[in-house]
Amino acid sequence: MLKVSLYRYNPEVDQEPYMQEVELDTGGKDLMVLDVLELLKGSDPSLAYRRSCREGVCGSDGMNINGKNGLACVTPISEALKNGKGGNKLVLRPLPGLPVIRDLVIDMSLFYKQYEKIKPFLLNDTPAPAIERLQSPEERAKLDGLYECILCACCSTACPSFWWNPDRFIGPSGLLQAYRFLADSRDTATEERLSDLDDPFSVFRCHGIQNCVNVCPKGLNPTKAIGHIRNMLLSRAT
Amino acid sequence: MVNSVTNLGRNGLADWLVQRVSGVVLLAYMLVVGFYLLCSGSDLSYEQWSGYFDSTFMRVFSTAAVLSIVSHAWIGLWSVSTDYLTERLMGGRATVLRLAFQAASAVVLFTYLVWGIQILWS
Ligand code: SF4
Ligand code: SF4
Ligand code: FES
Repeated sequence: MLKVSLYRYNPEVDQEPYMQEVELDTGGKDLMVLDVLELLKGSDPSLAYRRSCREGVCGSDGMNINGKNGLACVTPISEALKNGKGGNKLVLRPLPGLPVIRDLVIDMSLFYKQYEKIKPFLLNDTPAPAIERLQSPEERAKLDGLYECILCACCSTACPSFWWNPDRFIGPSGLLQAYRFLADSRDTATEERLSDLDDPFSVFRCHGIQNCVNVCPKGLNPTKAIGHIRNMLLSRAT
Repeated sequence: MVNSVTNLGRNGLADWLVQRVSGVVLLAYMLVVGFYLLCSGSDLSYEQWSGYFDSTFMRVFSTAAVLSIVSHAWIGLWSVSTDYLTERLMGGRATVLRLAFQAASAVVLFTYLVWGIQILWS
């Protein structure tokens, strides 16, 4: 039997959040954490969480699994238990730092607001060519390790700087995307993008703690992207 | 862009750069003074110690170190105050508290600055 500890909170009924202890027969299989949730929801339909693709593509089931943020659908129980906190028990909590709507579902508005701020689309003031804007293979290669982000928010909600200033610090996810457009050869708005970022909070609240790198389920490195942005700001100003 | 009037430089980059440069100056200063202390051993007299700081080089270097401490500390304390003394964490009274904390830090650091320069150059 697998012991599971679940964060439960339904603001319409509960005064405050509590941890619910349940047990589940996994039939000895090393299920994914999402499978565990699906089985539990079978017996208690009031359990709330987000999920869609169940294969690490949509980014909707980010949660805190035994103390570490990750996607439930691609985290096997065995790996979750290795995270340390909880011993032999699976401990599931919502992503930290943002308001909880219900159970494992958080309000991501601030996260998306930061994403919106960096203008996540190509800006180009030159006349559009007849078919498409071309890139050389080298130019395209610069986007590797950046475009793969699925906006699951595992990184930003693991970042202390984002916990303290989610309204002013863009956060690792948004900054990775900011660099994705700064690095794109088809984008001509580099100057505006950089001047939008050059304040004491948007980029410079990053203290290089690297929690973000540690949790990204896609293996991306926001800290490195933030370093690139800082260097761009530096070479523009000196 | 998030503007602020109480940070040290005009923008985030300036603060960041000042923080790095002042850090390097302080490290170099500690190494130089630490090395002198190590070399002179335990029988260091007051005359030797004060003579060491009397040279123009040490006066300039010490002044740079004092300036570095003050700016480094201001940027650090300002960051701490805008991380923890915020409306998000403590509600409406945060603004008053943050301003009070920043004012107190400014008074202490300004005193250090003037006092340090006075000691070095009088
Ligand atoms: S490296 Fe920067 S962005 Fe990443 S967790 Fe640390 S402070 Fe946050
Ligand atoms: S960088 Fe990684 S952890 Fe952060 S939102 Fe993108 S995919 Fe998720
Ligand atoms: S359900 Fe889509 S990423 Fe997990």
